[in-house]
Amino acid sequence: MISPHGMTIIVKKICQFIAPTIFLFGIYISVYGHLSPGGGFAGGVIMASAFILQILSDGSLLEKLKSERWRLELSESLSIFSFLILAVLGLLLAGTAVFFGNFLPPGKLGQLISGGFIPIGNLIIGIEVCASMTLIFVALIIFKDEESE
Amino acid sequence: MEIYLVIMLVLMILGSINSLHAKDLMSAVISLGIVGFGLVISFLLLYAPDLAIVQVVIEIITLTTTIAVIVSATYELEKKKIGYSSGFYAGTILIFTVIILMVVSRFTNILSYFGQHVMRMADIYIKSAPESGSANLVTGIVLHFRAYDTLGEATVLVTAVIGVLTILRHSGKKKDN
Repeated sequence: MISPHGMTIIVKKICQFIAPTIFLFGIYISVYGHLSPGGGFAGGVIMASAFILQILSDGSLLEKLKSERWRLELSESLSIFSFLILAVLGLLLAGTAVFFGNFLPPGKLGQLISGGFIPIGNLIIGIEVCASMTLIFVALIIFKDEESE
Repeated sequence: MEIYLVIMLVLMILGSINSLHAKDLMSAVISLGIVGFGLVISFLLLYAPDLAIVQVVIEIITLTTTIAVIVSATYELEKKKIGYSSGFYAGTILIFTVIILMVVSRFTNILSYFGQHVMRMADIYIKSAPESGSANLVTGIVLHFRAYDTLGEATVLVTAVIGVLTILRHSGKKKDN
């Protein structure tokens, strides 16, 4: 069980340095998913690991986590909804009229802004996976603490 | 070929509607089985025998498990005396067996021979990968050719989270005295 006040100040400080770097790396993996190995799923898990590290080191203050829960649920639901909207936009706007049709211009191969909606889809999936993983972790802590009260 | 697919899809939609409005839990599960086995035949019609094999195994396992759970938990077989003769059941089983054998013998000759792997999809992926505009071939396939599959994976994740929250929740549960 995680202690409510967290670990010692050494662990806390080191995690404060490391967690933003991990988060940035997750965003990089998601956004550059169409150029280098990686993608939305891998990047989302890396982003979630930054949050989980921060929660583990800073301790599970129950009130703080409870106030974060609805925000995680909202971002998870909104991201999967916007992925669906992306699919329907492809159905409406692309010339071929298929589900998930690529309606944006493909651009030049190898540049950051290329591949139509593929980077947008990677980013949306990254947010969704990150919110889901963090929400499962937060839910395990919250309900365990509520049980013991 | 198209008309068989349309018939199967209409059957699946009717089965799912019937399972929503069924009065009995058992008949709801059985009409949900129509959807699963209709999906098997649809996969066969769409030239995807690997998916059909997986779907048939999954469907048999889940349907049998669910029916076993319902029978042992809620369903009282003794109270339900259904008034058909045994000849009616035998005739129904015979008719459906003949239909299934006809469908299978008609549609298995369009598949490739056993043991010979057809690389049709892989060739299309490799040839038309630059069309997606993605330098990474894997992401190009995952989010361009198979984006529908990716939507399914993301939905599985959302469903898993909903399941965790539902099972672990503390408020709204019945408390034991």
